[in-house]
Amino acid sequence: MKQTAQVVAIAVAAIIALFGAANGSDALFRAHFGILFIVLVLAAFLLLRREEKPTDDPDAYMDGPIKYGTIATLFWGVVGLLAGVAIAAQLAWPELNLEPYFNFGRMRPLHTSAVIFAFGGNALICTSFYVVQRTTRARLFGGDLAWFVFWGYQLFIIMAATGYLLGSTQSKEYAEPEWYVDLWLTIVWVAYLLVFLGTILKRKEPHIYVANWFYLSFIVTVAMLHVVNNLALPVSLSGTISYSAFAGVQDALTQWWYGHNAVGFFLTAGFLGMMYYFMPKQAERPVYSYRLSIVHFWSLIFLYIWAGPHHLHYTALPDWAQTLGMVFSVMLWMPSWGGMINGLMTLSGAWDKIRTDPVIRLMVMALAFYGMSTFEGPMMSIKSVNSLSHYTDWTIGHVHSGALGWVGMISFAAIYFLVPRLFGAKQLYSLRLVNWHFWLATLGIVVYAAVMWVSGIQQGLMWREYDPEGFLVYSFAESVAAMHPYYVLRALGGLLYLAGALVMVFNIYMTIKGRIRDEAPLVTQHPTPAPAE
Amino acid sequence: MDYESLRHAADSWGLLYLVLLFLAAVGFAFRPGGRQAADEAANIPLKED
Repeated sequence: MKQTAQVVAIAVAAIIALFGAANGSDALFRAHFGILFIVLVLAAFLLLRREEKPTDDPDAYMDGPIKYGTIATLFWGVVGLLAGVAIAAQLAWPELNLEPYFNFGRMRPLHTSAVIFAFGGNALICTSFYVVQRTTRARLFGGDLAWFVFWGYQLFIIMAATGYLLGSTQSKEYAEPEWYVDLWLTIVWVAYLLVFLGTILKRKEPHIYVANWFYLSFIVTVAMLHVVNNLALPVSLSGTISYSAFAGVQDALTQWWYGHNAVGFFLTAGFLGMMYYFMPKQAERPVYSYRLSIVHFWSLIFLYIWAGPHHLHYTALPDWAQTLGMVFSVMLWMPSWGGMINGLMTLSGAWDKIRTDPVIRLMVMALAFYGMSTFEGPMMSIKSVNSLSHYTDWTIGHVHSGALGWVGMISFAAIYFLVPRLFGAKQLYSLRLVNWHFWLATLGIVVYAAVMWVSGIQQGLMWREYDPEGFLVYSFAESVAAMHPYYVLRALGGLLYLAGALVMVFNIYMTIKGRIRDEAPLVTQHPTPAPAE
Repeated sequence: MDYESLRHAADSWGLLYLVLLFLAAVGFAFRPGGRQAADEAANIPLKED
C-alpha cells in the first residue's frame, strides 16, 4: 500500500466531518457533515482496497485522471439531464413536486449545477488535461495533484448536490452552495490552476497553442469570479448559514457579473479551447485561420467581462451600467461569429466529412448552435427586446440552445474522440449509434428551443397587455395556465436529448470493452466513376 | 477613492488603457512574419499524438 499519506489525510478529514456531524450548530449542518463523513470513509476504504499498480512511465503522458474524467462526464451528464427532465415534468404536472427533498426549488439548482459544473466541469477538466499535454508535449505537472483535482472536484459535486436536496442554499444563482463547500472548491480550483499552469511552464513545444489560452483564461477567470461572488461571512464555523459581503444592487450586480461570466468563461471560453483542439484533430487539418483565433480570444477576453449588467435591465442598477452591459453584449456578436466561422471553415476543402463522419457532424452542429445562441443573446440584451423577453421562457430557451446545442454537442464530440484513444480501442463501437445520438439530440434541442420561443413570447405579451381602461388583461395565474401544453412539449424535447445521451453511454461502454458492432457502413461507398472508353 | 472618481477613471483613462492593450495584443498577431509563425502554431495539434 503506497497511498499511506492519502489514506491518513482522508481519515483525518473524516474525523473532522464526524465532529461536524455531531456538534454542528444546526440540523442541516449536522446532516450534511454526516454525508461527508460517509463519503470520506467510503473513499478511504476504496483507496485501501486498491491494488498496487506499477508506476507508469514518468515521461509518458498522464492519462489516468482523463480516463476517469470521460466516464465522470458521461455519468454526471445523464444525472443532470435526468434532473432536467424531472423538473420539466414538475412544471407541467405540479403534483410531481415531492416535498420536501424533491420539490422544484431544490431540484432546479441540482439540475443547473449537475449539467454546468458536474457534466461541463468534468468535460473541461479532462479535455484540458488531455489537450495541454498533447500540445505542450509535457506530462502533467505536480504528480498526483491531477488526481486530487479529479476526486476533489467530485467531492465538491456531491456536497453541492446533497446540500441542495437537504435545503442548504445561499440563494445565488449558479453559486448556491454554502460557504464551506465554496472554500473546498477554491482549494480544488487552485490545485487545478497549478497543474495546468505548471504543465505549460515545463512545455517542450515553444509556442503555447491557442486552445490552452482559452482553457487558461477559463481557469483563471472562474477562480476570480468564484472567490469574489462568494465573499460571505458565516454566522458560525459549525453552521450552514452565511451572509454575503454585498447587499442590495451591489449584490445583484456582483451576482450577474459572476453569472454572465460563468457563461462567458466556463461555458464559452473553456469549450472553445475544446473546439480549437478537437475540431482540427477530427478533421485532420489545421484551424482555418490561427490569427483569427487570436483575435477571437482577445476580443472575448476584453468584451465578455462587461456584459453582465444586461441581466439587470430596468432594475435599480444605474442606467449607464445597463446601457454599458447592452453595448458590450452587442459587440460580442462579432468575435463570436468570427470564432464560429473559424471553426466551420476548418472543414473547408473537406466538407464531405459532414456526411461521412458523425463526430464531425456533432462538432458542426455545436458550432451552429454557438453561432445561433451568440446571435440571440446580444439581441435579447437590447433593452427594448429585453423588456419583452426578460423573466419569460424565452430566456430558458436561449440558455438551452447554448447549453444543449453548443456545450453538450462539443463535449459529446470530444468524448467520442477521446475514449477509443484513451482506452486503447481500435475505433468506436458503432458510428451508426453516434448518428442516432446526433439526431436524437438535435431533434430534442429543436423541440425544446422552438417551444420555449413560443411560450416565452406568449408569456411576455400576456404580461404586458392592457385594456382600454388601463387594467392588465391577464392575471399572472392565467399566463401560467396557458403554458401547460408548452411545458409538456418541453419535457418531450428534454427526453429526446436524454435518450441520445443514453445511446452514447451504451456506445462508449461497448467501446471501452473493445467491441466493434457488426454493421453496414454509414456511408455507401460509390465506385469512383471511370471515364467512358 | 469614492464612487464618482472611480467611475470617471474607468470611462476615461481606464477605457483608453484597455483599448490600447487590446489593439496591441491583436496587432502583434498581424506583425510582419506573423503569418508564418501562425501557420506553424496552427499545426501543433497535428504533429503527433
